[in-house]
Parts: sequence; structure tokens; C-alpha cells
Amino acid sequence: MTFRKSVLKGTGTALSDRVFIKKKKKKKRRTFEKRAMATIIAAFFAILFLMPIILTVTNSFMSASEISSNYGQVFSTTDTGGKTYISEKVNLKFIPDIVSFSQYITVLLKSPDYLFKFWNSVILVVPIVGFQLLVAALASYGFTRYRGRLKEIIFFVYIILMLMPYQVTLVPNYLVSGWLNIIDTRWAIWLPGIFSPFAVYLLTKFMRRIPVSVIEAAQIDGAGEWQIFRRICMPLCKGCMCSIAILIFIDYWNMVEQPLILLSDEAMHPLSVFLSKINAGEIGLAFAVATIYMVPTLLVFLYGEDYLVEGITYQGGIKG
Amino acid sequence: MRKELKAPKNKKKKNINSLRKKGERGKRISCVFLSPSILGVLVFFVVPFLVVIYYSVVDNPINHSFVFLDNFRNVFNNGAFRQAAANTMKFSLIAVPLAVVLALGLALLLDSKIPFRSQFRTFFLTPMMVPIASIVLIWQVLFHYNGMVNDVIGLFGAGKIDWLKSDYAQIVIIVLFLWKNLGYNMILFMAALSSIPKDILEVAVLESAKPRQIFFYIKLRYLSSTLLFVTIMSLINSFKVFREIYLLTGSYPYNTLYMMQHFMNNTFGSLDYQKLSAAAIMMSIVMVILIGILFLTENYFGKDVEG
Repeated sequence: MTFRKSVLKGTGTALSDRVFIKKKKKKKRRTFEKRAMATIIAAFFAILFLMPIILTVTNSFMSASEISSNYGQVFSTTDTGGKTYISEKVNLKFIPDIVSFSQYITVLLKSPDYLFKFWNSVILVVPIVGFQLLVAALASYGFTRYRGRLKEIIFFVYIILMLMPYQVTLVPNYLVSGWLNIIDTRWAIWLPGIFSPFAVYLLTKFMRRIPVSVIEAAQIDGAGEWQIFRRICMPLCKGCMCSIAILIFIDYWNMVEQPLILLSDEAMHPLSVFLSKINAGEIGLAFAVATIYMVPTLLVFLYGEDYLVEGITYQGGIKG
Repeated sequence: MRKELKAPKNKKKKNINSLRKKGERGKRISCVFLSPSILGVLVFFVVPFLVVIYYSVVDNPINHSFVFLDNFRNVFNNGAFRQAAANTMKFSLIAVPLAVVLALGLALLLDSKIPFRSQFRTFFLTPMMVPIASIVLIWQVLFHYNGMVNDVIGLFGAGKIDWLKSDYAQIVIIVLFLWKNLGYNMILFMAALSSIPKDILEVAVLESAKPRQIFFYIKLRYLSSTLLFVTIMSLINSFKVFREIYLLTGSYPYNTLYMMQHFMNNTFGSLDYQKLSAAAIMMSIVMVILIGILFLTENYFGKDVEG
């Protein structure tokens, strides 16, 4: 009724316009609702994803007695020894009753074992990351410039090797280490890691995206292959290299199988292996060690996250 | 006239020749760049793999008598191997597509201009950096017989389940796998989504295409090569989930968790190289076939879209 009056008076908007505006408003509200829903769903997932990490960090600040009263039930039964039931139920607590540094004091000051293992991890992982990147950078430049059929075949072999699960390469790895007489030395882990085709694959895919005109221009200016590689390709690949470095670092930082098989001397085992062997009585320590263990990854991550995303951005949508 | 015509031709020929020379020199130099990697890969992966093939067709390392396919037959008839192969296949068939589809869903969700996008992105990536050992701790707290999940279920009146030692064990591991890998996959998809040409999407909207049509006819086409990449990465990572299973349950887990990698590790432990080699070769053949299929489908679906 009201709108008819206004139309008659010639003031209000015409019917068709009104319907249009209404529709628009409805649409706007709908997109708002949609967006709110999307945010809620994303938030829900984010909390689920974050929970284990928060749990690890906060629980590392609990005193030993609090830990055992919270989780005693779970871990006392995993122990084959005597079952001591401390609590009826598992108590998943995020905030410690009293913030205590006792776990950290034990780990850092009282038992030097953990620090040794940490150092082992660093010694094992850092050279692999550095040299795998170096070898991969050279190789992917070779794969990118002057593509020929033979190179394509070799590249395909690389892809297949990259996709082989570790257990398939396990025997070859062990055999070579035997021939070279490097079993039980760090070389047995370093060398296969350095020559792993993973970084070559990712970096080659990225490098092939660099426009040929850039390289040709440099060539006309009289740059040699090494100069093109060093002065043009490398700076362009910086982001991608960083993202690959993060991936390799995380992967090797968590390695378990290789050291278990190739290093029989436990003194050389990295923290990742040691952490997995922590037994029931030391659950609190495990949380503290895990937190310390997370720090390098966290730093690498915080420092390189933008690179990770940037490097990936070019990765998406490239053909092999 | 003739001379005039000939002269530039000669010049051109000369040019091409010098270019070719330069090209060949470049080719040689590019081989120099390749050589460290190829040498390493040959020594550490290819040559030993050939030896593995040799091992798989002889009866034992001392006798070296040729038995052709006997080792393969033995392995294939091995109950543990069958169990392991079936479990691994089942796990990959369920977990990998789930990881791809859910990650794509999350990427689309974050793509729809919601607030705190970059924060969410970071949150989803965090599982990557948690050390495996501490993941294992938490998973134990959650899924133990006296663990959290049972407590929550108990509130609804359901009975307790020993998750890792029941038929639900595989679900627990799939959840673990998804938790760990969704973030990375999602970022790959987000990157690919943002690289779809905007004008095409705008034209589609102008022509009043429904969101569903836009997704299936435009976005999915442009995503095809990323889909392949994500699937391959997930496949690689699905084999890596062995680490977690191993740390959670040891060398001989509940039946449904016994993976190919357990079989390999245990065979390695008992030094049965013949069995191990045969199993490794069978596994790699399956992998090669699988990857071939993936590449072919990607070629088929993505051929008319410029990557």
C-alpha cells in the first residue's frame, strides 16, 4: 500500500527499482552471511590445527608431578613395567597450575644428553640442506638450459626416484654405504641426502618459468654460462630456494628411519630418534624437549614463511 | 642478381653455424652443471637400484644362481606382504584424495575474502613444523584407551575404544595425515587460485555463470596441473606417515596399520635381501604405473589450458 501511494505521488522509487534494490540488499546480506560462515569454519579448523602445538608448549611448563597426575594413566600403561594408576582419567590441560621451569632445567642443565642429541641433529641436517640446494641449483640450471631428449629422460628418472618411498631406496642406500665403507659414519646420511633429487625437481620446475628472453639478453651482453647462472638465475630463484630449504629442513629434521638403520652408534643419533624413545616416566621432559626441538623449525618458518608462499606461488600451475 | 641473392644466404648460413657452435658449447657447459647431481644420483640411487634388480632374480648373494621370478612369487605369496600392500593401498586411496579435496575446499574458503586470511594461512601451516615425536605424544594422549577422545565419546554414552588397536586405527592415522598435510596442500591451491586470470572469471560472472559452473568449467581446468602436483606431493607424504605409525605402535602394529614400510623394515631387519629387493621392485613398478596414469590424465584434462 505504502509504495503505491508513493508511486502515485511520484516520490518513491519505481517498483522495478525497488525490487532491484531489495534483491541487491538480500544478495549483500547473503554474501555477508556466507563470509561469516566461512570465517567460522576456518576458525574452527584453525583451532583444531593449533591445539596440539599449544598443548606441547604449555605442558612443557608443568611440573613433573602435574604431568604425571594428568597423563599418568596413558603412559603408565604403555610401559611394560608395573602399572601405577595415578588418575582415573586423562586430564588434558592447557594452562599449568603453576608455571614451572623444572623440565627445562633438567633438560638443559642436568642431563647433557639432550643437548648432545640436539647438536647431532644440527650436524646432520644443516650440511644436507646447504649442499642439496647447491647441487640442485647447478643441476636445475643444466636441465633448464639446452633441453634435449636425453635430458628429458634423465629428468623423468629423477621424478621417479623422488617419488620412491624411502623404504624402496633403503636397500640401495645400504648397499652403497657398504661399498664406500661409510656405514656408521655421518657420511652415510649426508651423501644420499645431498644428492636426493627432490630439490632438483622443484627447482627445475621453477627455473623453467624464467623467460628465455632474460637469459638471451644477458647472453647478448656477453655473459658466460656461469655468469648467467650466478648473476641472473640465482637471484631470481631466491624465494623458491628458500621455500625448498624449509621443506628439506623440516623433512630431515624429523628423520627417523635413516639414522636408525645407518647409524648403529647411539651417540650419533639425532634428537628425533632419541625423542621417540623417551619412556613413560619422562613425559614431562618429552614435552620440554619437543618444545626446544620445535624452536629451530619455528625460526626457519617465521623467517621464511613469506618465501615459502612466494616460492610456491610460482610452483602452482607449472607443467613438469 | 645472382650474387646479390647468394650473398645474404651465405651470411645467414654462417650465422646459424656460429650459433650452433655456441649452442654446442653451451650444451657441454650445461652438462658440467648437471654432472655433480647426475654423478651423485647414479652412485647413490641408480646403480644400487640395478643391483637390487639383480638381487631380486638370484637365489642368494653367495650362490648367485638365477631363479628368475621365484623371489617375486615368494614375496607375493607372503601373507605379511599381502596385508601390507593392501593396507598401504587402502590408506593411500582414502587419504590422498581426502587430502586433495579437503585442501581445495579450505583454499576456496580462504579465497572468499574472509578476515584474517594470512593468519589462518599460518595456522594451517603450523602442523608442518611440529616435531613428529611430539605429535606422537599428543596423538597418544588423544587416542589412548584412557585418552581424551574416549572421554568425549563417553559423554555421549559410547563405550571406550582402544583406537590404535582396533579397526578404527586407520581412521586415527588418516586424521593425523590430514592434520599434517592439509596446510601445505592448501597453500599450493591458494597460489594456483590466485594465478587464474581475473578477466576470465569476470566474463563468466557477466555471462551469469553460476558459482558451481565457474568452479567446474574454469577454476578446475586451470587447477589441473596443480592438482597433479598436490596429488604427487600427498602421495609422497602418504608414504612418510610410516614414521608416525612406527613411533606410535612399533614394528608390529595392529593388523590394519601394518604398512609396506613395516614389511620392508622388518625384512631388512632379518637381512632377507632377496625378499626385500623383490618387494622394493614391485612397489616401484606400482609407483611408476601410478605416476604414469597421473601424468596422462593431467595431460588429457589440462591440454587446452596454458599453464
